[in-house]
Amino acid sequence: MDIQLNNNPDQLPGDSLSIREILTIKNFTFPNLVVKINGQLVRKPQYDSALVRHGDVVEIIHLISGG
Amino acid sequence: MNWLTIKEKLGKKSAGIAGAGGLGSNCAAALVRVGIGRLVICDFDIVEESNLNRQFYFHDQIGLAKTEALKTNLLRINPKVIIESHRIRLTSDNIPELFHEVDVLFEAFDHADQKVMIIESALTVWPERPLIIGSGMAGFGDSNSIHLRTVGNLYICGDEISEVAQELPPLAARVGIVANMMANTGIEILLKK
Repeated sequence: MDIQLNNNPDQLPGDSLSIREILTIKNFTFPNLVVKINGQLVRKPQYDSALVRHGDVVEIIHLISGG
Repeated sequence: MNWLTIKEKLGKKSAGIAGAGGLGSNCAAALVRVGIGRLVICDFDIVEESNLNRQFYFHDQIGLAKTEALKTNLLRINPKVIIESHRIRLTSDNIPELFHEVDVLFEAFDHADQKVMIIESALTVWPERPLIIGSGMAGFGDSNSIHLRTVGNLYICGDEISEVAQELPPLAARVGIVANMMANTGIEILLKK
């Protein structure tokens, strides 16, 4: 499937993937994330159930300590 | 747009500042200097000597509540600005009430888990309101890696890489770039509205 991930086109296996699966595939290991699918916020407890499908726009923002 | 028009427009606007550390204190100073009308500032902490390498406080303010010290300093820049300060630890429960009536909100926390908390809270309560955050500003040099990234109404300022660590402390110059980039982004949004 083709998606937009953080403003870039990306090709991922299968017809749908959970956020958790995408984090594993992309090797995103940062612990503090804000995730959006098509503009909708996905909180941590929903990482396994929220599904990304072909054509979706996904934002995975990792937050960094310091301020 | 000339300076008088800018000042007049911003004078009718308000901003929320969540955290009065390196990002929040310097962002607030820039907003007050360019004429923001009202600020709501929330922080629970006191000024410590270790803060003075980047935060908008003075040596004789060590031990004071940051909210109180910052209000004093901002009123010295512009005595007419309305500063509503709350010495409080922000949580997902009190954020909706404290920042109810602001035009833009600035996230200026220290810890990444707290940044996630306020971003999720704010985007849930105010899906349309601009939220400006700082992420990645530790160390020195490498100014060109600091950028603005826009995701809907979320504006991310920083290099999104440099995490504070023992060998990578937050320092005035680089934190100041991000704090002022946040303020600059907010000013642009407020003047376009």
